[in-house]
Amino acid sequence: MSDFHVTILLASVIAAAAPILLATLGETITEKSGIINLSLDGTILLSAMCAFVIALKTDNILLGFVAASLVGALVAGMVAFFSIYLKQSQVAVGFVLTLMTRDLAYFIGSPYSRMPGPQVGPMPVPFLSEIPFFGDVLFRHNLPVYFSMVMIGVAWWYVYKTRLGLRLRSVGENPEASYARGINPNRVQMVYALCGGLLVGLAGATFSLCIKPGWGQPQGAEGTGWIALALVIFGGWNPVKAALGAYLFAFLQVMSIYFQGWLPSIPAQVFQVAPFPLMIFILVIMFFAQRESFVRWAKDKPVVRAVIRALSSAAPSSLGRRYSEE
Amino acid sequence: MADYVQNGQRISAGQYTETVGDYIREGVLTLVVVLAFTTFVLFIAGAPPLDAYYHIFKGSLGSWGKFTHVIKAWIPLTLCSCGLLYTFRIGLWNIGVEGQVVMGAIFTTYALRFGIATPFPLVFLALSFAAGIAGGALWALLAGFLKTKGGVHEIFAGLGLNFVAQGTVLWLIFGPWKRPGVASMSGTEIFPTDLWLPYISSLRISPIGLACALGALILTAAMLRYTRVGLYLKAIGNNPNSAYLLGLKPNRYMLIAMICAGGFAGLAGSMQVAGVYHRLIPSISSNYGYLSLLVVMLANFNVWIAPLVAFFFACLNVGSIQLPMMLQLDSSLSGVIQGTLVLATLAVHAWRIRQKTRGARP
Repeated sequence: MSDFHVTILLASVIAAAAPILLATLGETITEKSGIINLSLDGTILLSAMCAFVIALKTDNILLGFVAASLVGALVAGMVAFFSIYLKQSQVAVGFVLTLMTRDLAYFIGSPYSRMPGPQVGPMPVPFLSEIPFFGDVLFRHNLPVYFSMVMIGVAWWYVYKTRLGLRLRSVGENPEASYARGINPNRVQMVYALCGGLLVGLAGATFSLCIKPGWGQPQGAEGTGWIALALVIFGGWNPVKAALGAYLFAFLQVMSIYFQGWLPSIPAQVFQVAPFPLMIFILVIMFFAQRESFVRWAKDKPVVRAVIRALSSAAPSSLGRRYSEE
Repeated sequence: MADYVQNGQRISAGQYTETVGDYIREGVLTLVVVLAFTTFVLFIAGAPPLDAYYHIFKGSLGSWGKFTHVIKAWIPLTLCSCGLLYTFRIGLWNIGVEGQVVMGAIFTTYALRFGIATPFPLVFLALSFAAGIAGGALWALLAGFLKTKGGVHEIFAGLGLNFVAQGTVLWLIFGPWKRPGVASMSGTEIFPTDLWLPYISSLRISPIGLACALGALILTAAMLRYTRVGLYLKAIGNNPNSAYLLGLKPNRYMLIAMICAGGFAGLAGSMQVAGVYHRLIPSISSNYGYLSLLVVMLANFNVWIAPLVAFFFACLNVGSIQLPMMLQLDSSLSGVIQGTLVLATLAVHAWRIRQKTRGARP
């Protein structure tokens, strides 16, 4: 491939990662509070559809983003409501919602398929975009992409460095103890389910108004929600590590286009599904890396140990468990 | 931990008993919620709601021809639901059932390809069913091993394998198994008619397919109720730790449950290839795997209610195919109705329990 440029490649990775990143960060925050929102894949499609249709009808891109984030929060709020107040399984409700919202998006959105519509324009950052190499890679995108990058730091800082973040983590680890300390776990879980949902909704809008503009069946965002859920585990419920995972995944996605050109003998379908077995493979490695025999073997191998320490993680202790005041 | 109080006794949610009147009240309330939401959605889409319902009904039960299509959808849905009963019983979320259907279809197609232009098509047809069952079971076993040996949650293992199975189908259709000439989304070449699942031409229904579905139901009911395996699955599903202390090996029974689920799902894939499409197509599973998860949930994990729910869902799926033709609506309305139905059932049931036990809580 003659038109291969590292700058263009990296810039497209940064852009392609934006919606995955937003969804992953949103889900990380939600899961930190102990709620698992399995409805991501459908939510992203529904909010993508809403963003496109609202932006098209009102001719206002901002309203599209607002609508999408509200849709995301609404669906996440339903998962939390079913879990907290109706004592139903989060996994069951999330799964049903993922199928239902996807079909809802296809049903309501079908008249708007393949229509030309509004799209977020590029917005290079003044001065910063003039920096050689880094300017081209990082600072010649549009607003949602910048937002996704900023959110990595904000999420990390909020979760690990603020008082509210501490309360969030304590509810996810031990709601009973949090309750004893005067925190209302139900309220905290609801709030962070909604916050996470807002970000997931924005991810949908970023698809239909920036990365893959327009609406269709399929839209092109299918499967992203499941990827984001896997990335949360891959990132060990840490926003920064999860973000790295999102960039890695986007890199694979973008590279698959190049690989198809370089290795035409390997069919395109292999590259499209490659990230999924890779994700499983990494999860298996992470599991084995935590075994005692492996830890002993890696004891005098500093490089291996560092890699393992970076990969190993634990889920919030009460993830997916229902909390009841008794 | 006691969740509710009834007649002064602390009981868990599962032990909460309801009268027939409760069930009727809940059922009516659920239907009202579903109809209200669906009508609202149709209103947003700018469609006449009554016409839409009418076309779904007429398109599924309006004629014998339509009814045979419903049966063709009911068979794989029922088979998958039977399989899922095993995995749900032990507390596994076998989301990989979708990929297991696809793998069953791939293995069936592989076996059938050897049967082209041979003097014994029926032998190969039977072999292809065995291959389908094996394919689904293998794919499920892989997810099971990832869960028990690799520490990967079954939802993610299953989902990953679903995507891999789907990628494999596309690769086969566009690569090794492509039609002579040009590969296309319409699938592989159609098999000769002697490799089709035999059906009664006057009724247009395959007795073998029906027998498989009914046999699966009876077998599953018997397995879960009368055999040791069924009892152990339930024991482990209810309390893995105490089952382990009793000397049961949860991992072994998880794998058994996965193999059963995968086998039935694989058979459903065989039905799709040999009985419905007579070739391998990209959407060979028709989403029946995912849909059967909803079927089993709505049936409250009951083996005799599941086929009834499956029939209703099959009607919705087949009937909604009329929507694009008649009303220029998308056929995904069926999925909206099905999902809403499950959610509304969960919500109404939980809400009524909350109402009845309010104030009685300690």
